Amino acid sequence: MRYIPPGQEGSIVSVHARYENFIGGKWMPPVAGKYRANLSPATARPICEVAESTPDDVELALDAAHAAKDEWGEMSVAQRAAVLNKVADAIDEHREMLAVTESWENGKPVRETLAADIPLAADHFRYFAAAIRSEESEISEIDKDLIAYHFKEPLGVVGQIIPFNFPLLMAAWKLAPALAAGNCSVLKPASPTPWSILKLMEVLEDILPPGVINVVTGPGAEIGKALAANPRIAKVAFTGETVTGRLIMQYAAENIIPVTLELGGKSPNIFFGDVMADQDEFLDKAVEGLVLYAFNKGEVCTCPSRALIQESIYDKFMALCLDRIAKIKEGNPLDTETMMGPQNSAQQLEKITSYVDIGRKEGAEVLIGGHRAHIGGEFEDGYFFEPTVLKGHNKMRVFQEEIFGPVLAVTTFTDEADALSIANDTLYGLGAGVWTRDGSRAYRMGRAIKAGRVWTNCYHQYPAGAAFGGYKISGVGRETHKMMLEHYSQTKNLLVSYSTKPLGLF
Amino acid sequence: MTATGRPLVRRISATPAAREAVSRLRSARGGPVMFVQSGGCCAGSVPMCFPAGEFITGGHDRLLGDVEGCPFYIDGALDDALGRPAFVLDVADGEPEGFSLGPGAGQRFVSRPG
Repeated sequence: MRYIPPGQEGSIVSVHARYENFIGGKWMPPVAGKYRANLSPATARPICEVAESTPDDVELALDAAHAAKDEWGEMSVAQRAAVLNKVADAIDEHREMLAVTESWENGKPVRETLAADIPLAADHFRYFAAAIRSEESEISEIDKDLIAYHFKEPLGVVGQIIPFNFPLLMAAWKLAPALAAGNCSVLKPASPTPWSILKLMEVLEDILPPGVINVVTGPGAEIGKALAANPRIAKVAFTGETVTGRLIMQYAAENIIPVTLELGGKSPNIFFGDVMADQDEFLDKAVEGLVLYAFNKGEVCTCPSRALIQESIYDKFMALCLDRIAKIKEGNPLDTETMMGPQNSAQQLEKITSYVDIGRKEGAEVLIGGHRAHIGGEFEDGYFFEPTVLKGHNKMRVFQEEIFGPVLAVTTFTDEADALSIANDTLYGLGAGVWTRDGSRAYRMGRAIKAGRVWTNCYHQYPAGAAFGGYKISGVGRETHKMMLEHYSQTKNLLVSYSTKPLGLF
Repeated sequence: MTATGRPLVRRISATPAAREAVSRLRSARGGPVMFVQSGGCCAGSVPMCFPAGEFITGGHDRLLGDVEGCPFYIDGALDDALGRPAFVLDVADGEPEGFSLGPGAGQRFVSRPG
């Protein structure tokens, strides 16, 4: 099935010529009155215009969030959870519309947004609705008459800055726990992908109390600092790359506020020889597990971008994988048969092309792909790249730097110790994959790999309820788990004496 | 790095277009800028451009040289992982990424292999 592109006659997605910021439950034009064109990466042509905001707009959003925070924070958890469940229901109700919107703006294939991005976004709101209902304060009996009560209180207003690769899902990951814990948010979408979040706000505008979520679009250099360094936020959360992550930590230090960061990765995906012990469904799953580097055209922080394959099976296993990669259908992201859409921007396409050249120059062998893909027709100017595999060794740049595209770096290992050594030889520690039929080995490897998430005999699953976050320079904090509520709460301790006796010191 | 903070080997150069863009940006802002090579994730592998001093460098950041009086840094561990490459600062069409400044006129800075 092919969905009609947003804005064209018959599309399930309506498009306004121009979108304003969503502040205090209203659509507000940017103070400076500036807008910019927002492109679809599939055609490199404009979808609509979005606000090119300035720091004044961030201040208006903060005004609205502060005006809303007391009522929202003091609302009973049952009422807050009810709102979050309504948000989830509304997302489900508009699943196809939001999936097509997300695909058209980001470039990801609609089969992924229909099956993953949108349902997972809805589920995150439900999960945190449930989590906040089941939260309990703690009481410690210090002694018979001295009792410590621990209450969770909202932080207040938080700043959230999200990336272009999963605009709606990353918004859900950040908004759901923040709102559940009683906070109001000022959210800045990534500059290349502001529109789908604004479409989500259209869906939610009658459900959310005004000011609980405020969305300000615009360039990072103009409004990123205005939000992240603002003394009126009580916490900042960011997903993106490391230099901006450091800058945000630095701004947070100026205000002495907490920060959670989800940064880059160069995740190893390790295939032990025993995956080929049988020609069965599990082998088929393992082959797909390697090809998952092309999921979301490789624009995933946890992209399994380094495949480590045991020498003994390399030739046969890689042949199966290359055969599967050759069958990847690339093209119109709104076609449900399409497996890979365009990269998100010309910038991405240029970087990926440059990295493949760097790989070639440092001696990597191109096993498949390696070029810009030409789809033709209305997609001829789209930012498509062929699914690519480079064979080399772990010291090469293409094994060390995150390419953020459909480029797999593959190498071999001799034994478990060798696999572990290569896996951990990276600056990053976000994700990893281990594939083996030996449960003990899977456990040993999983515990020894320095990464926050080790997918074992699976990859790229992101269920609410499984903690996600980075070791090493891949970040601080954990998302997609109820422990995230801690990141969005203060602890209030009332230390109460029920004794009438004085201390006797004075 | 020497005791004076100067790099031992200059590993950053710039195209004429980049030099002109840095000069233009300096004039427009009334002061120097700085570059920090980014690594990882959605805005990785680009020279992030900030007002001079905006990004606090630490002991493990390396100064690779300067362009029109504007310093260019990279994190030491990232530099080592990449094999201490040389970079050429250039400009390309498109908006800057992350919190990075651009030279204006719909352009952004890029770093190409040296």
